[in-house]
Amino acid sequence: MSVIEVADLRRSYTQRSGVFHRTKTDVEAVRGVSFSVEAGELFGLLGPNGAGKTTTIKMLITLLLPTSGSARVLGRDVVTEAREVRRRIGYVFGGDRGLYERLSALDNLRYFAELYGVSPREQKPRIAQLLEMVGLDGREKERVEGYSRGMRQRLHIARGLLHDPDVLFLDEPTIGIDPVGARELRTTIGSLLAVGKTVLLTTHYMFEADELCDRIAVIAAGQIIAAGTPRELKAQVPGSRVLEVEVFGVDDETVAVVRRIDGVRSVVVEERGHAQVLLVSVASDAEVTQPVLSCLSGVTVGRVSSREPTLEDAYVELVRSA
Amino acid sequence: MLVLGWWLNLKILARSAFDGVLGVVWPLFFATIAFFMYGQGSSDTTLLSASLGASVMGVWSATSTSASSAIQRQRRQGTLELLVAAPRHFSLVLLPITVAMSTIGLYSMVATLLWGRFLFGIHVTIASLPAFALAVPITVVSVGMLGFLLSVTVVRYRTAWALGNALEYPVWLVCGFLVPLQVLPDWVRPISWLLAPTWGINAIRESALGGNPWPDLALCAGLAGVYAAVGVAFTNTVLHSARSRATLALT
Ligand SMILES: Nc1ncnc2c1ncn2[C@@H]1O[C@H](COP(=O)(O)OP(=O)(O)OP(=O)(O)O)[C@@H](O)[C@H]1O
Ligand SMILES: [Mg+2]
Repeated sequence: MSVIEVADLRRSYTQRSGVFHRTKTDVEAVRGVSFSVEAGELFGLLGPNGAGKTTTIKMLITLLLPTSGSARVLGRDVVTEAREVRRRIGYVFGGDRGLYERLSALDNLRYFAELYGVSPREQKPRIAQLLEMVGLDGREKERVEGYSRGMRQRLHIARGLLHDPDVLFLDEPTIGIDPVGARELRTTIGSLLAVGKTVLLTTHYMFEADELCDRIAVIAAGQIIAAGTPRELKAQVPGSRVLEVEVFGVDDETVAVVRRIDGVRSVVVEERGHAQVLLVSVASDAEVTQPVLSCLSGVTVGRVSSREPTLEDAYVELVRSA
Repeated sequence: MLVLGWWLNLKILARSAFDGVLGVVWPLFFATIAFFMYGQGSSDTTLLSASLGASVMGVWSATSTSASSAIQRQRRQGTLELLVAAPRHFSLVLLPITVAMSTIGLYSMVATLLWGRFLFGIHVTIASLPAFALAVPITVVSVGMLGFLLSVTVVRYRTAWALGNALEYPVWLVCGFLVPLQVLPDWVRPISWLLAPTWGINAIRESALGGNPWPDLALCAGLAGVYAAVGVAFTNTVLHSARSRATLALT
């Protein structure tokens, strides 16, 4: 049985605008999303702003009722068995909201420990352990209003883990954290998987998704447009290698010639200062470096390099063609 | 859970500078009005009765305005969703918040009585100390329960926080904090009877002036219990509606 099972989930919002002439418009934020997440898996939900990621997560954590479709977390229905679901899931969202500013970090955690029914005897060691894990030990008595954004984010993560949930929903957890902190957080997320937790993550950082996720679904305009392991998604990009050629003053005709070379799937020209960079997508088994360079014999050529497509290449391609 | 929630919310409230200033000024303002309304010539008992009424007014004011705005604030700061997402029944989260508010109001009660004592020479003599000591907390809790009912509606309706402010004044009048109930038109009476603070203030007055506070006190506690029960039942409906209409967060 999958830990998270989502079947044809939909959600629309009714927006009212205008004071005198009330107009109602329905926005379909999630339009028939289905996926499943297995135990111990880290599943990534990627997509542009407004794609419906947060809306999907909020339905899974029982904060929003689906308009139609169904979702089960740990075998429990998120609508009819909301309490059982809540007990065993954790939720962390990005940004600096969601904390009691006028209370200390310790009081914040004590309050939420109480809300999640952590027994008084377990609270103290648990809170101490989490504070240490997120690197806030020693500052837990300070009020949250004086915390930096990254500190708040860490406190959020500690809060989400208080009741030792089996499934964690992380909505852009690394937003606003410095690179070192973000790397530590990724290590933390990794260690959660090591102890058997299941994680559903959204992020706008593709390298992060590539590093962490076992499987990814790309969602755009409320629908899943691609799903698979990061490797599978990269393989879906037309051309599975990218040849980057730095040139100075290339004309359209020459580019058109390059496009016609056997094995070249597409060519994109990027302006970079004085230079241009030809991004040549190449079928994986084709060897095109020499033909491309001979086409460019009339122009000054700078650096030439060849790389694997990144998840970002794949993502941009998928979202653009959606 | 209830105790910790109450205590931490008390901390939050006590640390809010803005509420603090209003909390000091308003009750004194009410008290002054009350004393001038009754005039210096009135008997001691009338003045004491007015002063007690004014002091409970402060408790209600502290609760009605902040019960509704606090939920709105939680919505703005993003904690409302987290409270709802917790496995505890949401009413257990809400109740300590509103009771903490009415507890903060206790301060204004004391301030009003002191103000009356030093500016207007009204001595607070209490006939039955045990009854008084019981009547005050029960009234405070009953005001908290009324605030709880109010705040439940705010969870669902984003604009309901205005309701708290709107209800501040009518409830004083209808509960007879300031003027005796006999002055009010007859049709208002049934409303007064339904409001626990009406019985609470009666009980406080009786116990201070030497009457029999027990029936009033029982009614006050009973009604507070009814509010709690209605609020708890109502919470489920309201939460369901809030989850279907997405009013838990401001996005
Ligand atoms: N409470 C709401 N009321 C009305 N519309 C909403 C509400 N919440 C979200 N929407 C709309 O639903 C759509 C999806 O929003 P959602 O927050 O799920 O996107 P997202 O994928 O999380 O985006 P982001 O990457 O910016 O976080 C958007 O068009 C948004 O405007
Ligand atoms: Mg989002």
